[in-house]
Amino acid sequence: MTRTLDLDEVIGNPSTRIIVCCGSGGVGKTTTAAALGLRAAEQGRHVVVLTIDPARRLAQSMGLAALDNTPRRVKKADEGAGGSLDAMMLDMKRTFDEVVLAHATPQRAQVIMDNPFYQSLSSSFSGTQEYMAMEKLGQLRAEDRWDLIVVDTPPSRSALDFLDAPQRLGSFLDGRFIRILMAPAKTGGRAYLKVIGAGLGAVTAAVTKVLGAQVLKDLQAFIAALDTMFGGFRERADTTYRLLQAAGTSFVVVAAPERDALREASYFVERLGRERMPLAGLVLNRVHTTGAGSLSAARSAAGAETLEETGEHPVAAGILRLHADRMRMIAREQSLRGRFTAAHPAVAVVDVPAQPGDVHDLAGLRVIGAALGPG
Amino acid sequence: MASRESDWEGVRLHVVTGKGGTGKTTVAAALALALAGQGRRTLLVEVENRQGIAQLFDSPPLPYEERKVAVGPGGGDVMALAVDPEAALLEYLEMFYRLGRAGRALRRIGAIDFATTIAPGMRDVLLTGKVYEAVRRRVGAAPAYDAVVLDAPPTGRITRFLGVNAEVAGLAKVGPIRGQADAIMGLLTSPQTAVHVVTLLEEMPVQETVDAVADLRGAGLPVGGIVVNGVRSPLLKQADLTAAARGRLDPAVLTAGLEAAGVAVRGGRVERLVDSLLAETAEHAARVALEKSERRTLRALDRPTYELPLVAEGVDLGGLYALAEHLCRQGAA
Repeated sequence: MTRTLDLDEVIGNPSTRIIVCCGSGGVGKTTTAAALGLRAAEQGRHVVVLTIDPARRLAQSMGLAALDNTPRRVKKADEGAGGSLDAMMLDMKRTFDEVVLAHATPQRAQVIMDNPFYQSLSSSFSGTQEYMAMEKLGQLRAEDRWDLIVVDTPPSRSALDFLDAPQRLGSFLDGRFIRILMAPAKTGGRAYLKVIGAGLGAVTAAVTKVLGAQVLKDLQAFIAALDTMFGGFRERADTTYRLLQAAGTSFVVVAAPERDALREASYFVERLGRERMPLAGLVLNRVHTTGAGSLSAARSAAGAETLEETGEHPVAAGILRLHADRMRMIAREQSLRGRFTAAHPAVAVVDVPAQPGDVHDLAGLRVIGAALGPG
Repeated sequence: MASRESDWEGVRLHVVTGKGGTGKTTVAAALALALAGQGRRTLLVEVENRQGIAQLFDSPPLPYEERKVAVGPGGGDVMALAVDPEAALLEYLEMFYRLGRAGRALRRIGAIDFATTIAPGMRDVLLTGKVYEAVRRRVGAAPAYDAVVLDAPPTGRITRFLGVNAEVAGLAKVGPIRGQADAIMGLLTSPQTAVHVVTLLEEMPVQETVDAVADLRGAGLPVGGIVVNGVRSPLLKQADLTAAARGRLDPAVLTAGLEAAGVAVRGGRVERLVDSLLAETAEHAARVALEKSERRTLRALDRPTYELPLVAEGVDLGGLYALAEHLCRQGAA
């Protein structure tokens, strides 16, 4: 029998310092993160929720109208239990700028920020979001102003990219390609020539041929400028990765009772296990329920058919059709849920009932939060 | 099977985007099938390493190679391709620069790895480049494909994804990369491209659709149609829905209906059953009302709109043909 996930145990445990909500796009990840943060704050914890890309009205309800990369107090949260709630939206360009400013001399920082490669890398290329979300998490943790950080992960194509960000950064820094690109910009270029041997001439020629001389020059300038801060950058990425494995971290996988979302959730659970990341359990959003479970889909549909044949009681016929559809949907959802729990019997699961509309106020978040607590 | 002319005559590249969870891969596959009518050849491309096409067509994972996955209703082939950025880069280098040994050296020192995983935008450059190549490819005098359907990244990333070559053009002022980037942007901003947005009649997907349409228009990318997925047919009349939403459906009337329907319930359980059914109906009515307002929002976008029915039990190959038929009938293909 699968355990029921009680997230009150997680947020109520003072040693829980970070909760990471992850899952595929469109399953209610941001809402879950916000609801958890609000509930923890109203139970007395000092919480900051880091959201990546919240729906506009949800953001407004939390007072996040300004995207300024700084945690803001959510004033409407009930602070009666001695806790507090801050929330912020990630601004990846600004976060990147902060990293550069923290690790380079003002002059060097200016050179980096003026480089066209930096400008496009920091503001528009996809992928940067994952790096910066992890960087921001590290920063918030280092600030030590909160005793609980709830993170909403970026809507990545694979939903796992954020886990890879620090390692990718590592392989970037170790990459010989970077060294070769930089070689002509440095006086020590000859040394690399020896390492690579005859390949270098061909490689530089090829890179120049593909990129063009001007692009190569800008790229070299960018990498040379970044070089001074690589050490610090990498150290932070490693620290954040270890932080994610630490005992004070809990991962919450979020899914909806749909085939694709649960397949991603399975993949996620397995991946977290391989990376030895601590998993709290699965939040299954938008689960349909009924108070009329005694009336089966088959009987309901048969009843509707009887009425439709006579043409009497059209409203009752429609209601019976609706109920039959709902019962079938519940059966499908339960079967998908059952498949997940059979494959992952050790993963605790909590169901959040489907809400009639989207959640965009604190009252709505409290309803979700209550469903995440003890059943 | 096309009972009317397509709204997209002259479009060679159909880009299908949508918020996560709206069924954009399913819609892209159905559109590829619909476009493969009358012996036309269609290529369905996925770029997100999810193997969603293989799952839909119940085929083994797609290699980086065009494979036939289905035959369209009028006898045209539907080919499918899952683009792998690394293979695309090597192919690209070989095709345009004939790098030979240097290309292999690039791989050895990690340049390929750098380009496809580290330099974040490079991926999108390669993926759009491959799509461009497929659209432009010719066999003799004729195009290799009559239409290419791209199962594209979700709405949140689509403008950035399609616009990546403009970004590249900003970095490379001259040179071969610049030429390639300009050519790709030329196709993507031309009337030969249509970016269709898939949505559900729910608040967040509709909001993202509205945002994406504004972003695409702002970037000069041609917005195609809006595909409303998962539409349920109404089971109750509007007046009854209004009454249900206000809690004014008469329990006695429903009780009588249940009796006439032969849905036997005994004793005190009748009331509970009736109350629960009325609550479900009120919830449904609230949803229908919400859907109505979302439809209004979508109508204001002033784009051709297509509606696909909810396939509750999940879409299999037969379901895809049914959806393709809906798209044809409504003029999407």
